[in-house]
Amino acid sequence: MPDNITLGVDLDTYKYGFRDEEKYVFKARKGLDHEIVDQISWMKGEPDWMRALRHEALDIFFSKPTPTWGGDLSKLDYDDIYYYIKPVEEQGRSWDDVPDEIKRTFDRLGVPEAERNFLAGSGAQYESEAVYHSLKEEWERQGVIFVDSDTGLREHPDVYSEFFGTVVPATDNKYAAMNTAVWSGGSFVYVPPGVKVTLPLQAYFRINAQNVGQFERTLIIIDEGAEANYVEGCTAPIYSTDSLHSGVIEIIVKKGARFRYTTIQNWSKNVYNLVTQRALAYENAVMEWVDGNLGSRLTMKYPSVYMMGRGARAEILSIAFANAGQHQDAGAKAIHAAPYTSSSITSKSISKSGGRAGYRGLVKVYEGAYGAKSNVVCDALLLDEHSRSDTYPVMEIDQEDVSISHEATVSKVSDEQLFYLQSRGISEEQAMMMIVNGFIEPIVKELPMEYAVEMNRLIQLEMEGSVG
Amino acid sequence: MSATLVIKDLHVSVEGKEILRGLNLEINKGETHAIMGPNGSGKSTLANTLMGHPTYEVTEGEIWFKGQTIIELSPDERSRLGLFLAFQYPSAIPGVSVASFLRTAVNARYPQPDPASNGNGQLKGMSMREFRRLLKEKMEMLKMDPSFARRYLNDGFSGGEKKRMEVLQMAMLRPEIAILDETDSGLDIDAVRVVSEGVNQLAGPDLGVLVITHYQRILNYIKPEHVHILVNGKIVMSGGPELALELEEKGYDWIKEAQVGSSK
Repeated sequence: MPDNITLGVDLDTYKYGFRDEEKYVFKARKGLDHEIVDQISWMKGEPDWMRALRHEALDIFFSKPTPTWGGDLSKLDYDDIYYYIKPVEEQGRSWDDVPDEIKRTFDRLGVPEAERNFLAGSGAQYESEAVYHSLKEEWERQGVIFVDSDTGLREHPDVYSEFFGTVVPATDNKYAAMNTAVWSGGSFVYVPPGVKVTLPLQAYFRINAQNVGQFERTLIIIDEGAEANYVEGCTAPIYSTDSLHSGVIEIIVKKGARFRYTTIQNWSKNVYNLVTQRALAYENAVMEWVDGNLGSRLTMKYPSVYMMGRGARAEILSIAFANAGQHQDAGAKAIHAAPYTSSSITSKSISKSGGRAGYRGLVKVYEGAYGAKSNVVCDALLLDEHSRSDTYPVMEIDQEDVSISHEATVSKVSDEQLFYLQSRGISEEQAMMMIVNGFIEPIVKELPMEYAVEMNRLIQLEMEGSVG
Repeated sequence: MSATLVIKDLHVSVEGKEILRGLNLEINKGETHAIMGPNGSGKSTLANTLMGHPTYEVTEGEIWFKGQTIIELSPDERSRLGLFLAFQYPSAIPGVSVASFLRTAVNARYPQPDPASNGNGQLKGMSMREFRRLLKEKMEMLKMDPSFARRYLNDGFSGGEKKRMEVLQMAMLRPEIAILDETDSGLDIDAVRVVSEGVNQLAGPDLGVLVITHYQRILNYIKPEHVHILVNGKIVMSGGPELALELEEKGYDWIKEAQVGSSK
């Protein structure tokens, strides 16, 4: 593909479908075995315990069958995927150090704008390796750590050996095992007790090589009474063969701390997106997931919060958009393992042109978690007759005197709504867009401004051609 | 010169059933007309057909608006030409604020950039400052609380609030012909008065109004010069304001009987 693409009509059509020529320092061969795991660990210069953990996880991966619930994973060929690619030799510390070609990619994704607007620290993952990382000085002074995972492991081995794999162990599921075996990239965040980080920590990443799996591994620890926001957005180019993304996000929110993790993911339409993201919330801690899933061929993703301490709170907001040929099997899990814990789950899905979006949720109240409260609302919006929405809410309640509510709606964009808006001079296409925007507004309003704008723009692209 | 809105021999079917059977009507800017009729006479069919609802099929006849035939136009095109319908049952659009909806509707009236051009699709229209000023002015005129603008369109609105919202839209969009479909239905007498006062403030030489109603009550506030009686999809009698009063006194049976009598 030529290098001289300029922003214009073509790019507006396939806004995030562009790609740069690949430039790698190291690319492992396709396939997944112990030799590859050794190579990855050697390239990264990891401690022995991590290499041993990777090998152990690989055996767990081999021993677990491919899941048959959720979406269709039968076409996923584990041997046809590159599990490790290293694009540049050194970590970039400042924007100037980032190679021009990679900068161009970020330019097109609008990263520098986000940067200019309100961040000085950004972890951005390009291919399987973070290439650019900077940290705002005042955060450093406050003792906040925000680095890529490789750096995190290298510089904070004690934290890693204590917490890595404790929230999501390799035994949790097949893809958590895969990730543990081949992980690279992702972020490490630590916020010391009582520190309140006011600006969001942001990370952008994307897939850029054919058949590249991305296996980012993020570990976040918010210490007692601390507060922070983490925002991750990603847009992927469009390719013809299957790609795999299998991330693991582990979060620990300690006593009285507060944390929000926001993601907008727009994978190209051939990506299998199989992510395990889970948080532990201790006494009076608040954990919030805000999750936007667009794109991908199949997404299976159920952000979870385990409420481990009295008075812990979980809030999970998610949007899924399933277009033609796509299946979004999204959802949430709220595990009440302590008294007076409360959870709120709001899920919104939109299906269009035969797309399929579902909510798969679990609310579990353990014995002894008296006074627990949970409220689940899932709304589905179907844009046409061919699309599909499924809801699989599971509730396991082992304690009396708890308050649990569940509400689910499925609606269609009605002719009456369209006629009403059109009668005010608004075109049918714009009217449809307005109804969809209104539907997701309760979640979009929780996003930082520029992400809300991007979310609306992405949905607008998905909506193109929705009116005959 | 012909009237602003001309309806000629209009026949309309819904799902194969003929509802309007040869309706004729002319309305000019500056005039106020009322169409009265019993249930099932075709009142709402007329309102929806004029605005272009896809369920209503025009099988015969013509509708001319400002010298242009509009039967083939979509509802949004009709609106941008200057036609307005105040709905009997306005739809709720959750998540869309009154202000952002009105801004989109107002801006849709400005010439739009050519989609084929390489611009970034920025909508042309009224400046934010000008829009806010206009909205504030119209809301004050209709005695609406400013917080109304931030609420989601018709979502959880009371019957009276919905109808006031319709009048606010009319005030913002400044149509040349406005059709009020059963605007008084479901409202208590105070709400009817408030809504009617709003319409009256908008009335003037640049606006023609067609009030469609079952009951005479709203006509105590919005005073039409012309009253038409619709029975079985046809206007069977036209007259001045006194016709509405007579109808109120005698009921629709009198007309129906007269109809049966005359057709013998």
